[in-house]
Amino acid sequence: MFITVGGERKEVKDGITLPELIELEKVETPEYVTVSINEEFIAKEQIAATVIKDGDNIEFLYFMGGGQ
Amino acid sequence: MPLTDEQIERYSRHIILKEVGAKGQNKLLKAKVLIIGAGGLGAPAAMYLAAAGVGTIGIADADEVDLSNLQRQIIHGTADVGKAKVKSARETINQMNPDVTVNTYRTFVSSENIRELIRDYDFIIDGTDNFPAKFLINDACVMEKKPFSHAGIIRFKGQLMTYVPGEGPCYRCVFKNPPPKDAVPTCKQAGVIGAMGGVIGSLQAMEAIKYIIGKGQLLTGSLLTYDALTMEFHKIKLPKDTHNCPVCGEHPTITELIDYEQAECDMK
Repeated sequence: MFITVGGERKEVKDGITLPELIELEKVETPEYVTVSINEEFIAKEQIAATVIKDGDNIEFLYFMGGGQ
Repeated sequence: MPLTDEQIERYSRHIILKEVGAKGQNKLLKAKVLIIGAGGLGAPAAMYLAAAGVGTIGIADADEVDLSNLQRQIIHGTADVGKAKVKSARETINQMNPDVTVNTYRTFVSSENIRELIRDYDFIIDGTDNFPAKFLINDACVMEKKPFSHAGIIRFKGQLMTYVPGEGPCYRCVFKNPPPKDAVPTCKQAGVIGAMGGVIGSLQAMEAIKYIIGKGQLLTGSLLTYDALTMEFHKIKLPKDTHNCPVCGEHPTITELIDYEQAECDMK
């Protein structure tokens, strides 16, 4: 199936879970990353049980602290 | 107030734009923008706002200029090392544009001073380098109903979003709570390419200018990310539903400002 991750369309295996996708995408410090699917935030406690569906649009939002 | 001949010449490239005109330039001259942090982001933001003729620019920063700042904080020069950043920034702006009144606050923002500090301003720019300050600025701006631009930069990446009261998510809607101390690296620990402050700080200035003149679309409801290595900008649409947010939601549970533990720069 095809999904969009960070604006990029890509093919992944059917029924991939969100934790599997996080690993596949080599998400840095995943415990501090906000995930949105189809413009809805996924609560931390829901991440483990979330299964990605065909056509989903997934975004990983990272803390970025610098500025000075 | 009518523009003087000198102002008409100085701002001619603005005035010729149909989105700005003399009317927009007057709005800029009357506007008050507060920049919190006169560093990598705050330096270019302050300079472009000063050049644009934003009439009052406030700068809050407790630090002094350090030699290691000069790789990116272009409002300060070699001769300014050791000087208070707010003083150095004010001197640069005064040289750039006599139309600008600079208010300096040689202080770090805290729950004690921030609400009073931002109250007088039309738009706030978050140019700080740590999460406690970023959450504090967000919460204070929500409480005082002030629009602000959030940004962060690290390594070859940067991102920013704009909050306008009543329009879309705030920083806390997206990021909930500051990460624990040392869980996420900062610039000092991880490094940052100097021009990144220029890119993202200038975009923050752009948001302030658009807000003031009331033209175009702001980054409300969006987080714009920039990766200098792949040279890609990506605009992430944020969820619209903010009613559960503990600070900007319908039933806020955060009604007092919080001073989180400072965690900016000491990850080994």
